[in-house]
Amino acid sequence: MTTPPPISAVEHAAAEIERGSSLGRDAWYRLQKNKLAMISLWIFIIITIACMVVPFFPGIPNPNKTYPDLKSMDAFQSAVSKDGDKIFYLLGSDYLGRDIFSRILYGGRVSLGVGFLATLVSLTIGVIYGAVAGFIGGKLDSAMMRVVDILYALPFLIIVIILTTFFGNKLWLLFVCIGAVEWLTMSRIVRGQVLSLKNQEFVEAARSLGLSNWRIIIRHLIPNTVGPVIVYTTLTVPAVMRLEAILSFLGLGIQPPNSSWGSLIKEGADRMVSDQALLIYPSIVFAATLFALNFLGDGLRDALDPKTSKD
Amino acid sequence: MKFRSTIQQSDKLACQRSEDSREAEPEDSFKMNHHGMFANPTGLVRGILVLALAAVLVSCEKPDRIKEATKNKILRLGNGAEPKALDPHLVSSVGDSNIMRALFEGLVINHPSSDSEHVPGVAKSWDANADFTEWTFHLRDNAKWSNGDPVTAHDFVYSYNRILHPNIASPYSSMLYFLKNGEAYNKSEIDDFSKVGVKAVDDHTLVCTLEDPAPYFPDVVKHTTWLPVHKATIEKFGEMTDPFTLWQRPGNHVGNGAFQLTGWRINDYVKVRKNPHYWDSETVKLNGIDFLPLDNTFTEERMFRDGLIHYTYVLPANMIEVYRETQPEILRVETYAGVYFFRCNVTRGPTKDKNFRKALSLAIDQETIVKYVTMGGQIPAYGFVPPSEAEGGYVPPNKISFDPEKAREYLKAAGYENGADVPEFTIIINTSEAHKSIAESVQDMWKTHLGIENVRISNQEWKVFQQTVQDIDYDVSRAGWIADYVDPNTFLSMWKTGDSNNQTGWSSPDFDRLLKEAAQLSDIDARYGKMKEAENVLLEELPVLPVYWYTRVYALHPDVQNWNPLLLDNHNYKFIDLKSAD
Amino acid sequence: METVRYIVSRLLQSLFALFCIIAITFFIARLAPGGPFLDDKAVPEHLIKQMEVNYGLDKPLVVQFAKYLGKLVQGDLGPSFGNKGFTVNDIIAQGWPVSAVIGFLGLAIALALGIPVGIIAASRRNTNVDYTLMGVAMLGICLPTFVIGPLLGLFFGLKLDWFDVAGWENSSAWILASLTLGLYYAAYIARLTRGSMLDVLNQDYIRTARAKGVAPLKVLFKHAFRGGISPVVAYLGPALAGLIGGSFVVEQIFGLPGLGQHFVKAATNRDYWLINGTVTVIAVLILAMNLVVDLIQVWLDPRRKLKS
Repeated sequence: MTTPPPISAVEHAAAEIERGSSLGRDAWYRLQKNKLAMISLWIFIIITIACMVVPFFPGIPNPNKTYPDLKSMDAFQSAVSKDGDKIFYLLGSDYLGRDIFSRILYGGRVSLGVGFLATLVSLTIGVIYGAVAGFIGGKLDSAMMRVVDILYALPFLIIVIILTTFFGNKLWLLFVCIGAVEWLTMSRIVRGQVLSLKNQEFVEAARSLGLSNWRIIIRHLIPNTVGPVIVYTTLTVPAVMRLEAILSFLGLGIQPPNSSWGSLIKEGADRMVSDQALLIYPSIVFAATLFALNFLGDGLRDALDPKTSKD
Repeated sequence: MKFRSTIQQSDKLACQRSEDSREAEPEDSFKMNHHGMFANPTGLVRGILVLALAAVLVSCEKPDRIKEATKNKILRLGNGAEPKALDPHLVSSVGDSNIMRALFEGLVINHPSSDSEHVPGVAKSWDANADFTEWTFHLRDNAKWSNGDPVTAHDFVYSYNRILHPNIASPYSSMLYFLKNGEAYNKSEIDDFSKVGVKAVDDHTLVCTLEDPAPYFPDVVKHTTWLPVHKATIEKFGEMTDPFTLWQRPGNHVGNGAFQLTGWRINDYVKVRKNPHYWDSETVKLNGIDFLPLDNTFTEERMFRDGLIHYTYVLPANMIEVYRETQPEILRVETYAGVYFFRCNVTRGPTKDKNFRKALSLAIDQETIVKYVTMGGQIPAYGFVPPSEAEGGYVPPNKISFDPEKAREYLKAAGYENGADVPEFTIIINTSEAHKSIAESVQDMWKTHLGIENVRISNQEWKVFQQTVQDIDYDVSRAGWIADYVDPNTFLSMWKTGDSNNQTGWSSPDFDRLLKEAAQLSDIDARYGKMKEAENVLLEELPVLPVYWYTRVYALHPDVQNWNPLLLDNHNYKFIDLKSAD
Repeated sequence: METVRYIVSRLLQSLFALFCIIAITFFIARLAPGGPFLDDKAVPEHLIKQMEVNYGLDKPLVVQFAKYLGKLVQGDLGPSFGNKGFTVNDIIAQGWPVSAVIGFLGLAIALALGIPVGIIAASRRNTNVDYTLMGVAMLGICLPTFVIGPLLGLFFGLKLDWFDVAGWENSSAWILASLTLGLYYAAYIARLTRGSMLDVLNQDYIRTARAKGVAPLKVLFKHAFRGGISPVVAYLGPALAGLIGGSFVVEQIFGLPGLGQHFVKAATNRDYWLINGTVTVIAVLILAMNLVVDLIQVWLDPRRKLKS
């Protein structure tokens, strides 16, 4: 009788329960139950991957090659240009005969890149800035918020013009400029939240435990602002993309012949009376991405917020 | 009453529910009540709002504004950008000149339908000496300013002094360099205006002495810069040379044109109404003109379709086809004396080499651009100066074409085995959909026919663009030039060494000499011959790459009468009329 | 008393901030290449120099700034280079009513649509109503103004013929313009409201109220509203500034002579005094709005003190 007895199924299950689970795992589990959020996640992943791998796909036409004699063709058309090139237009051609489908995919690389990097920049700066200002309060808070006021009122356009003339029309400059504007609103919102939160009991508890200010801010206050922060982030990404489009409107954004979703939509809006396809297809992709982000954000919020648990 | 009882009802239910199960979800009590009055207040308020809005909309009837405007004989014109000023000595753009032509009248005015005929304005007749260096204008004695004062030759002398005076820094003063010593006075080399070649012999006789012979001088004086201004008004509000004074405002403004200024609101309108003191006011049929500064071409086009304006300043390229198919009678496509081209920086970079520039020029498929990109019936340019359609008119040498084979040969001659060897260079454009499309297609043509991989496009903001071109700090830059008067000189004099509009660094002693020789000739054919030789030099060296000759493409409401195609598109509004079709 | 002291100290801080804004704008506007005197046709060097002397632009920058400040406190904002014949005061006076009308009407539409939509969506979280409302709101955020504007103009203006498509004088285009502006902000506010209402509705004090049997509507509007509306109030400052100063695109689409156009055109024309003038006006507006907003937030949430 020296061999140990086999572990029964019941004992196995009991062991599992005792293992317990972390906040992250709980959140992931809850997220998976949210059908809409999961669909959104998949849509988002598919679009992002499509945009990322498109340069390596052999069959996609060159987005910048013009065939003016093949302009404004309908979707699902094959055509041969004057020089003998054979092209298949999945979604039709634009005003210079370029393939709309590939322009949308390549444009997505720019828009998603700008959208995420700028949002990340503004998120990081804004959250930390706002939390510190709100928590420390007093003179520091006043000073920090006055700086925000000053930065708000400065003419963004002039600054963008100056920076582009000194550094050229580089894309990273775009991220920096846009990120530098968006963090301001984020910081105000986070500060507002922190001001409400800091008088709550859990903060007092943390303080009485002897935690340093910094620790309180990072580990206790900021996680509690996750709700409005996520919501605001899902609003910032489209705002960033719109800002990029408006800069293209003024000639300061992405340079021709390259495209971004914003510049494609602008080209489409200008021609909406004569060529609806130029507006409709990029708008659908743009909207789909933002919808997906939106519902994903909502789902994340629900999943991460402990108070919304149904058990 | 009803509301309260329902609340009490639902309160009870809520209480019961929470007693029933200890795990009552907070959300459930809401869900239960959504038949109740929770939905109602917002719903009710919403309903009221919708009804109110509907009532307002149904009762509002949008008036037919164009019909009213035509009935009142008020011409409504889209006029491009907001005017910089309403002072003829301070404006330079086409849109501003349109307004100046309504408010002021020069010695000679434009004929309503012919580009070669000259109609007497303030001057009822004029004559020149044998070699066209001295012109005498005989002014009519009944010309008046809008405040009743008579217009005299002294007004013109005062005006030319003002525009040439260095202190007022008029951007377009170079137009008066035709006058003897005009340039010297403007550049402060002399400071006595009496040395400049214009004299008022008496109240109604004006004599202009020119630097060089100019048989086309009556054409030149039609230009905005030669318009007179009212001395007393200007000096009432400030010094003669103070560019910023209040005399330009409605109420203060005095002009001698068929119309006077009655309203000016920035970015909204400039309104002019009939000037009762105008010497020929019986011929003027319009009661007034509204100039609308609509610089967004798509908005302007929508306004035209909505029946708010009689005329659009431009038409977006994609709408040209639409109008051609649906409303061809309102689409106007007319020859316009202008050229669209690219400037090349001849002082540095790959564009320094003449052969390289030739390769670039031969690789531009002009037919494709005008057919598919600009779509406005423009003419591929085979030279620089637009050809005249008139008998005996100037025709440029036929030197520009699309020839990819030859282009590749020149590329080799420039020292590049294939296009990939060409170092990076950039085409700069200022912000505009039109320039963008053309640049994109040209960039692609250079890639396709010459194999050049490293050509970029840089979209520069307007002022940056102007500064860059002025500083000759670019590689290739998009450009356009519109004639100031009907003579090839207006297209060629800018390429003289050091001319402020040259902006390429190009300098050719041969070209300068030929132009100077042409200026001395008074026989028209001989002059044209010399100028053609000069243009030949220009087209041989190609500091510029001509693309197409302009057309004016715009939409014109059928109510507008007597609006004829003109090479410089400078319509004199005293000949225009408005009549409704029914 | 404490409130009064707070307001006074904020006003002083705002004045200092205003000074910084005016100074920074003044100096950085000069850094941009190009100047107000470059024109369509090339302007000869000697004339540009003369124009600079005429306007006092040849003096050292600090001297120019001092002169500018001197005139500013007297209320004189200087002449405009791009619009000779008008002073900056004239231009702002002409543009202000237009921007105010579409700005305030846009904001009113945004609040009237956004807040209720957000509240309803929050109270019906994760139901079809919630998804539909948030979907529509997302659409409002996704479609830029230069898409919605022309669409509204084409549909309501040209097709249905209810409104004028553009123009300010004798025109009904301002309604469409306000709607275009308002829809974007409405969508934004709806999302913000829903988010914060959700937070608030999960708080303990709300649970207590419900457990006590307080009517759902009362819970929503009397208890939850104050806390939930906080981020929206925080957003009002930037929203109003954006509506008035950033309405450039909408003004272009509907041909309205508002301040937004000047903001952009002054920058592109390097019209230095107009740039300073418009920035100053917007700055005053932003600083004032921020002060008001902070006061409202304290009133809404008494736990939040003015000073800590």
